[in-house]
Amino acid sequence: MAAAASHAAAHEVPYTSTGLSSRKMLFWAFLGSECMFFGSLIATYLVYRGRDASGPHPPEILNIPFTSFSAFVLLMSSLTMVLALAACQRGDRRATAGWLAGTALLGMTFVGGQCYEFTHFFYDGLKLQGNLFGCTFYVLTGFHGTHVTIGVIWLWTLFTLAIRGKIPAEKSLDVEIAGLYWHFVDIVWIAIFTLVYLIQ
Amino acid sequence: MAEQGDSLERHPSEHSHPKAKEYLGIAVILTVVTAIEVAVFYIPAMKPVLVPVLLTLSALKFSLVVMYYMHLKFDHGLFSWLFVVPISVAALVIVALMKLFGVF
Repeated sequence: MAAAASHAAAHEVPYTSTGLSSRKMLFWAFLGSECMFFGSLIATYLVYRGRDASGPHPPEILNIPFTSFSAFVLLMSSLTMVLALAACQRGDRRATAGWLAGTALLGMTFVGGQCYEFTHFFYDGLKLQGNLFGCTFYVLTGFHGTHVTIGVIWLWTLFTLAIRGKIPAEKSLDVEIAGLYWHFVDIVWIAIFTLVYLIQ
Repeated sequence: MAEQGDSLERHPSEHSHPKAKEYLGIAVILTVVTAIEVAVFYIPAMKPVLVPVLLTLSALKFSLVVMYYMHLKFDHGLFSWLFVVPISVAALVIVALMKLFGVF
């Protein structure tokens, strides 16, 4: 305990029993709970897949080229997010704001694509209460899209703070935690893209 | 208190994050792997091995993002445990439910 306290003092940090940031640890625990949340939604989708008597069925409706582009957009947003964090850690305010805005715009592109896809599917007959595929698909991808939307709001908030100079290098943990959330929605999409779209 | 929390520094082992060039390299790998996934989906000859190949490629992308972009490779091991344990439980739940419902 004494060693941990002296270690904390040496690095000018408030005392924690582990010497690690409590906020970051809490956020990783939150992401762990999110894994189980999305795990249950993915399990539900996989369990009910192929059990529909009536259509539309996944091969008739899913647009792989379009979704591949969406997956690429989300992957690139993870790159811009880490570049925002790197810029923040070296105290480059303009670059931080720029990369955060880029990440938010890519996130908005993804959400816009999902809205387009949902509208298209709806007019093709895929409805939430229509069949098991519609129900499990919309719930799974809809919850993911909601997470992306929350991330976009978070990113624009950080962008506003960054351009006002309120996120100096010492506060880079704020950007790092937002980044953890953003990368998490990216890895969830990696799983969804494979399990829902490519393995039909 | 909030100010204290905000200025909280991290464990020394958390600070060796990659540089922009490495981040860009990872992005290129992720893009190439995604392109391979889509190509595999469209190649009829790959149908018999489609599921294992796609799952492997997906796991590769997942690991790269978690290790390099989320910095688990460089951060304290406790963060890895906080993530790996729940995701293992989630994976087990998925497999158990699929088995229970006769998917395989």
